[in-house]
Amino acid sequence: MEPLSNKRKVLEVKPLTLAERSYLPAIIKGMAITIKHFFKKDVTIRYPEQKREFSENFRGLHSLKRDENGAERCTACGLCALSCPAEAITMTAAERQKGEENLYREEKYAAVYEINMLRCIFCGLCEEACPKEAIYLDGDIVPSDMLRKDFIYGKDKLVEAPLNQ
Amino acid sequence: MGTADLIIKLVLVVVIFAISLVVAMYSTYAERKVAAFLQDRVGPNRAGPFGILQPLADGAKMFMKEEIIPTRSSGLLFIVGPSLAIMTACIGSAVIPWGQKIVTGSHVIDLQVTDINVGILYIFGVVSLGVYGIMIGGWASNNKYSLLGAIRAASQNISYEISMGLSIIALLMVSGTLSLREIAENQHGFWQHGWFSWYVFKQPLGFLLFIVCAFAETNRSPFDLPECETELVGGYHTEYSSMKLGFYLFAEYINMFISSAVMATLYWGGYNYPGMDWVTAHVGPVIGPLVGVVVLFVKVFAFIFFFMWVRWTIPRFRYDQLMDLGWKILIPLAITNIVLTGAWVTVYDKFFK
Repeated sequence: MEPLSNKRKVLEVKPLTLAERSYLPAIIKGMAITIKHFFKKDVTIRYPEQKREFSENFRGLHSLKRDENGAERCTACGLCALSCPAEAITMTAAERQKGEENLYREEKYAAVYEINMLRCIFCGLCEEACPKEAIYLDGDIVPSDMLRKDFIYGKDKLVEAPLNQ
Repeated sequence: MGTADLIIKLVLVVVIFAISLVVAMYSTYAERKVAAFLQDRVGPNRAGPFGILQPLADGAKMFMKEEIIPTRSSGLLFIVGPSLAIMTACIGSAVIPWGQKIVTGSHVIDLQVTDINVGILYIFGVVSLGVYGIMIGGWASNNKYSLLGAIRAASQNISYEISMGLSIIALLMVSGTLSLREIAENQHGFWQHGWFSWYVFKQPLGFLLFIVCAFAETNRSPFDLPECETELVGGYHTEYSSMKLGFYLFAEYINMFISSAVMATLYWGGYNYPGMDWVTAHVGPVIGPLVGVVVLFVKVFAFIFFFMWVRWTIPRFRYDQLMDLGWKILIPLAITNIVLTGAWVTVYDKFFK
């Protein structure tokens, strides 16, 4: 058959030479390769103590943001829950009382805000849906746990630490 | 033999037993570390600094696992299998000379449990007994995979014992003795009568054959067909659990230690090292032999490392290739080696002496 390209290579089956049949040169070559790796730097890291740097668009654990005065930005509009394809987000809204202006930015806020980390697929649609720039997936990898109920993260784990006044 | 000698011997037995167990224990750790380093990984590093307590953790785990004896197995033989395996592995160390005799005043302490004049034959006897442990264990499990593994082990060990024995005969023609003590003494120092005194330089082919057979005898990769996971699940220890499995694994590592010691003694000069007379003259007749012991252990560890290095480099043989290598290559080579050695010894005795 006419070859379509000049890449075709006809291989000839040659009987093995004595050196090849004795395996020894090949074994020595292989051993040389492995001993070279013995002195190479490890490619693995000691994970929980050392961590690799994340890429810039890495999406990890969610955090609920505060504004420049330290008040929670979330207004419990529910758009994140609506946009969530995995239905991982639930929330209960509440009205801001007098004297809580330093705690909540808008007149309505989320009294309960829960994300089920076992359902979340870290797609980042909640981040995109949020009109108040209140939720960002800028955290770490979700840590492991023993019980399924412990993967439902409430506000205690999600809200950013208060600003230092 | 006085009471003092008896006590010294007992202490020596206990010490050697303990050392071979500790070496076997840490061989498991070393194996994992060496494997990791050869594969650019870190290896066990959780238990203690650098993971040096890993063998203890593994041992504790082995002891606490549930002990399962299959219902249709033959109960007694199922227990005899691993016991025999570890017993035969342990008694091999009795004839290995660990160092020169220590002379303190009137006392002579022999760093060897027993110097029988057929030391090599004893080693061979013990090694060939080792296959019974595997065979009985595989048979008693009442499992096809176990039985296949056991059959493989038996035929492999028997085939390679022949070429091992033949490769030793050439060595015996050079050394003229079967006693391991005398073989070690013959390799005194490093240079004698215008040639290296270690037998590896007199019997390079013999050493090559011996080390290949040693790999096969200890069921180490590339000859680990009896426990070949990809074909036989776990080979002869498929049905074993808990410490009975541990004994099988342990026996393999003890065998590795003993065969390393045998190779070091037979071919690599045992406790001899270049400049040993000078060292002994300077540090005295007690410390001198102990330096030799350290040297022997360095050689043994080098061999153990070599075992591991080979394991993580060379893929497993196919069974027919294994038999081809054993019967069609190693045995003819060993016989050629005997003939050549015989011719050389005759010529040497006639013209150069």
